[in-house]
Amino acid sequence: MTRRLANCVAAALALGALAFAPVTRAADTVDPAADKAAFQKFFTDKFPKLKPEDFVNGPYSMNEDLHRQWEEKEQFPPYEFSLEAGKEMFATPFKNGKTYGDCFPNQGIGVRQNYPYFDEKEGKVVTLELALNRCREANGEAPISYVRDDMAALTAYMAFTSRGKPMDIKIPNDPRALEAYQKGKEYFYTRRGQLNFSCATCHVQSPGERIRAEVLAPALGILNAMPIYRSEWSGMGTTSRRFTTCNSQIRGVPLSPQDDEYRNVEYYLSYVSNGLPISGPGARP
Amino acid sequence: MSAAMRTMTAFAASVLLIATGASAFAASEADYKAAYAVAEAANKEAANLRNQWTTTASTLSAAKKAGDAGDFDTAVAQAREAEALAKASSFQATSEKQRWKDMEIR
Repeated sequence: MTRRLANCVAAALALGALAFAPVTRAADTVDPAADKAAFQKFFTDKFPKLKPEDFVNGPYSMNEDLHRQWEEKEQFPPYEFSLEAGKEMFATPFKNGKTYGDCFPNQGIGVRQNYPYFDEKEGKVVTLELALNRCREANGEAPISYVRDDMAALTAYMAFTSRGKPMDIKIPNDPRALEAYQKGKEYFYTRRGQLNFSCATCHVQSPGERIRAEVLAPALGILNAMPIYRSEWSGMGTTSRRFTTCNSQIRGVPLSPQDDEYRNVEYYLSYVSNGLPISGPGARP
Repeated sequence: MSAAMRTMTAFAASVLLIATGASAFAASEADYKAAYAVAEAANKEAANLRNQWTTTASTLSAAKKAGDAGDFDTAVAQAREAEALAKASSFQATSEKQRWKDMEIR
C-alpha cells in the first residue's frame, strides 16, 4: 500500500469515527435536563389529548370510563382512613416529646415535592420513606415497615399537604448525584425477572394498554400519586411496596425496600416528572 | 424345554435385563446433592449480580422436597432446571448492562 493510499484510508476511518461519535456520546452522556425534556415529550406526543398535569392520575387519565369511575370514587376516597391515621400519627409526639415535624423543613408540611433528594453528606439518595424512619430512629423509636399501612399513612398525609405543588427534585452539581441519577435510569430500563420485563416495558411501551385486567399507568407522573390505595390490594401501598411487587410480578426476586437501586430509581423517576403536580395519596384499580 | 417355553424364558430374561439396566441409571442421593450444589452456586452468582428469579428459588425448593422424599430422579431433574434458570438470570443481568440503552427515551 502506498503512503498516499494509507493516508486516504486513515482519513476515511477518521471521518467515519467522527460521524459515529455524536451518537455514542448521546447515549453515554448524563444530561438530566435533556432526559426530562425527552421523557415528557415522549408522553405528551403519545397522548396528545392529555394535559401534562393529567398524567399524575395514572390509568384514570388513559381511559374515559375509568376516569368517570375515578371521579365518583373521589367523592368518598378509599384512602381517607389512611389519611386521617397519618395526620394523627404525624402529630403524636414520640416518647421524647418531639414529633415527625421536627425532622423536616417547614415542620414537614408541604415538602413532599422535594423528595427524594440527594444528601451530599451521605453521598446517597434519601427518600421520604427513608427520612421518616431515620426521624423515628433519631428520636429513639423503632423503624416501621416500608411496605405496611403505617408508612403509607404517614406518607399519605405528607403528600396531601403538598397536593398541587409541582414535583421539584434537584440534582446538585456533585458527580455522585449524577451517578445516582444515572443508575436509577439504568435500573428503570433494565429488563429483569423470568418474564424479561423492565419498568419501561409496562410504563413506557404500553401505558393505556391492558395487562390482564389492569390498565397500565404512564411512567410520567407515576410517583406523584404515591402512596396509593389499590383495589387489587384492598389497602394502601407505599412506593417501596410498589417497586417490590413490580419485581415479583415479573418473577424477579425483589431487593430489600430502600436498597440503593430503589432509592436511585425513585430519584430518576421523580426528577423526570418535575413540574407535574403532587396528587397523592392516590387511588388505583 | 419346548421352543415356545424357550422363547418365553428368553423374553422374561430380556425384560429383567432391561429393568436392571434402567435401575442402574437411576439417580442416587449423591447425584442429587451434587446437582443441587451446582444449582445453588449458580443462584448465588445471580444474587451477586442482584438479579435472582423467583422461579429459580421455587425450583430449588422443589428439588429439595423431592430429595428429602428420596425421589432422586425428580430431585436431580429439578436441580438441573434450577441451575439453567439461575444461569439464564445471570446471562440476563450481564447482557442488560448494555442492552438497557436500546429502550431509553432520547
